Amino acid sequence: MIAEGGLAALWLAAALSLLQLFLGIAALRPGGAHLLRVVRPLAVAQGLLAALAFLILIWLFLRTDLSVQLVAANSHSAKPWLYKFAGAWGNHEGSMLLWVTVLAVAGAAVALLERRLRQDTLIATLAAQAAIALGFYAFLLMASNPFTRLSPVPVEGNGLNPLLQDPGLAFHPPTLYFGYVGISIAFSFAVGALVTRDVGPAFARAMRPWILAAWVFLTIGIVAGSYWAYYELGWGGWWFWDPVENASLMPWLAATALLHSVTVLATRDGLRAWTVMLAVVAFSMSMIGTFLVRSGILTSVHAFAVDPQRGAFILALLILYIGGALALFGLRIGTVKEGSQFDMVSREGALVANNLLLTVILGIVFFGTLYPLAVEAVTGEKLSVGPPYFNTAAGPVALVLVAIMGAGALLRWRSDRVKALGNRILIPVLVAALAFAALLVFAPDAGMLPLLGLALAPGVAAASVAPLWKRNLRRTPIFIYGMVIAHLGIAVSMAGMASESAFTKETLVAASPGQIAHVGDFSVRFDSVEPIAGPNWTAVEGRLTARRGENGREFQLRPQARMFSSPPTPTSEAAITTHWDGQLYVALGEEDEQGRWQVRLWWKPFVTLIWFGGIMVALGGLLSLVGRLRRERKIAPRTDAGTRADPEAVSA
Amino acid sequence: MKRGFIIWVPLALFVGFAIIFAIGLYAPVARTVPSALIGQSVPEFELAGALPGRPGLSSGSLRRGEPRVVNIFASWCIPCRAEAPQLEELARRGVPIDGIAVRDRPQDLAAFLTTYGDPFATIGADNDRRVQLDLGSAGVPETFVIDGQGIIRHQHIGAITSADVPAILAAWEAAR
Repeated sequence: MIAEGGLAALWLAAALSLLQLFLGIAALRPGGAHLLRVVRPLAVAQGLLAALAFLILIWLFLRTDLSVQLVAANSHSAKPWLYKFAGAWGNHEGSMLLWVTVLAVAGAAVALLERRLRQDTLIATLAAQAAIALGFYAFLLMASNPFTRLSPVPVEGNGLNPLLQDPGLAFHPPTLYFGYVGISIAFSFAVGALVTRDVGPAFARAMRPWILAAWVFLTIGIVAGSYWAYYELGWGGWWFWDPVENASLMPWLAATALLHSVTVLATRDGLRAWTVMLAVVAFSMSMIGTFLVRSGILTSVHAFAVDPQRGAFILALLILYIGGALALFGLRIGTVKEGSQFDMVSREGALVANNLLLTVILGIVFFGTLYPLAVEAVTGEKLSVGPPYFNTAAGPVALVLVAIMGAGALLRWRSDRVKALGNRILIPVLVAALAFAALLVFAPDAGMLPLLGLALAPGVAAASVAPLWKRNLRRTPIFIYGMVIAHLGIAVSMAGMASESAFTKETLVAASPGQIAHVGDFSVRFDSVEPIAGPNWTAVEGRLTARRGENGREFQLRPQARMFSSPPTPTSEAAITTHWDGQLYVALGEEDEQGRWQVRLWWKPFVTLIWFGGIMVALGGLLSLVGRLRRERKIAPRTDAGTRADPEAVSA
Repeated sequence: MKRGFIIWVPLALFVGFAIIFAIGLYAPVARTVPSALIGQSVPEFELAGALPGRPGLSSGSLRRGEPRVVNIFASWCIPCRAEAPQLEELARRGVPIDGIAVRDRPQDLAAFLTTYGDPFATIGADNDRRVQLDLGSAGVPETFVIDGQGIIRHQHIGAITSADVPAILAAWEAAR
């Protein structure tokens, strides 16, 4: 009966979201004001019910209830409990339920916590959120019911895709979903503000923490996903421009642009239409990301369910929401004033440039991801667009973007003088020039893009910390630290990427016991291969002894080639050792008929900086969020902030 | 700045996107990962015969004006047994099939062909997987349709099921 309980909770939540949508619309009509009080509790109840349904699904997975089709198809009694737990969302139906749960809980959080928005805008926002949730409830209940029973009940389940049996990946999708769905709040805010013609600084300040939170989750999700691909897939790369990777990168790019433009709107009341547009685009990207991954329209390493029926359903939702929002945007934005003006050379100007460049990169990624689809739809031909396109097209734009990021933080709001900027930016430019000269001498063959990246990184790092220069560090607001750390993180990450692509050393050997291979300044001795067994896999494990330089300390490397029994899938567990200046990465390949083993060795200088920088970026976002929330609590006591309207916001 | 028509551009772009997707969703296309080698010449190779007394396979013999099917297989490969009847079926319909036996031993191979049938005109022995890797193939079985000029026209990853036979036949017909 537990599964039926989950289904009932889901139906009830769907019914409540329908009610929430109708009451929200009714409350916005003349004379509907008395309905306002009902909408908030409805949103909270809906969130609780969705969460209940999801908890029930987790419970079913934890006890491996094989009478439920989804559990039987994706779990196995012999699986470690962590993966039983993660199995709840490591599949199509479960991940869609997680999606709608996060959506509903986020809606409940808005209903509970939001005090800054105008009352009518808040109601319109909640109605929009209910409309999105309703579509996904319908999708679950009609096309992807996670609680379907199975008869006869099988003796044993199928197991979880072994590639997903990894602690990192167990928590990767939820993190990304918090991000995706957090952006749905920004979208609902934008729709709400368009409906009530309330696009102004107050609206931007209300929206900003939600975007920041979503963006932090997205950042963490992308960084974790990249590291997972790096150590689990055994091919030594950290970004493949895989459609599924792009599906999370595109919303991140849009959300990053949104984050910066919403700041302009909140502090200087500029970029009104643009901010609303970006909110719509950012959510469109997370919906399109979901669509790409869930519809089976793209073939990828980790796309789930190939099912055109479901794809059609999500496409219909996409058309309804995005098409609807874009139409609303077109109809309403004309009535929104343009907001205040600013000079080209100003903080706003730099942020506009940042926005445009982010949009260009987004366009490049979007085009590269969808071009094969478009070609296939028109001509029926299959083709793929790979890293060469993305790197050559997006790389240079990204470099310019990072350079402007460094300069932008040194500019004043509204208007600045070119000469003053020149003085402030002198040191960073000198740093970058020196680094460039040094690199030309010591590493002339690194390639142009990596070289520029390596030279730019220290310059941008210097520019990033410059806003703290001559400030009273104790009095500096936390969100300034947030910005500094996030920008510094970008520089660190970029240094890691450039260093990895410029200086990586690779050796591929067919090794027999006793043989010594060299990579970088490491010598690696291949000792033996031993069979070992885990809870639900068997493996061959390579035993290697490595040593750095002539007299370095010896250390062991244990790469594995694992075989999971149900379903039968081989995976690779690379042996990675981290040193202060990089990582030694060893993957075990196959045995040839002479009894030699294929071993891949990489020395990747400073590769760890990529993820370390990513974590700094997320931490910076978190600090900004905390800083903003604390400052607003100080400035605006909670008396009647919720009903305060911005007189400038509406012209109609 | 005039915002008249610009504000409708995103909606127009999105409509275009939705149309492409709808077509993509319903287009009856085999959903396989295409090889980067499709449309390219087969790499140069020369394989000795995998069985005593039988001819081997070289890239030159794939350029004699007649489209051929090249099947990468091995006697130790379980799915290869499952696809054997489909290869027989293709051969029966007049499709010339060449085999590349990956890391196989003559006696095992002979036993395999006796049990599961022998549709192959030639079988090359790819003992170090060199040719398989050059062809961009990661596993067995895998099947290529190669036209008379030695250009790869179609790739099928995994065992050929009876549902896949028409597609391979069509690719072979098209290459003629």
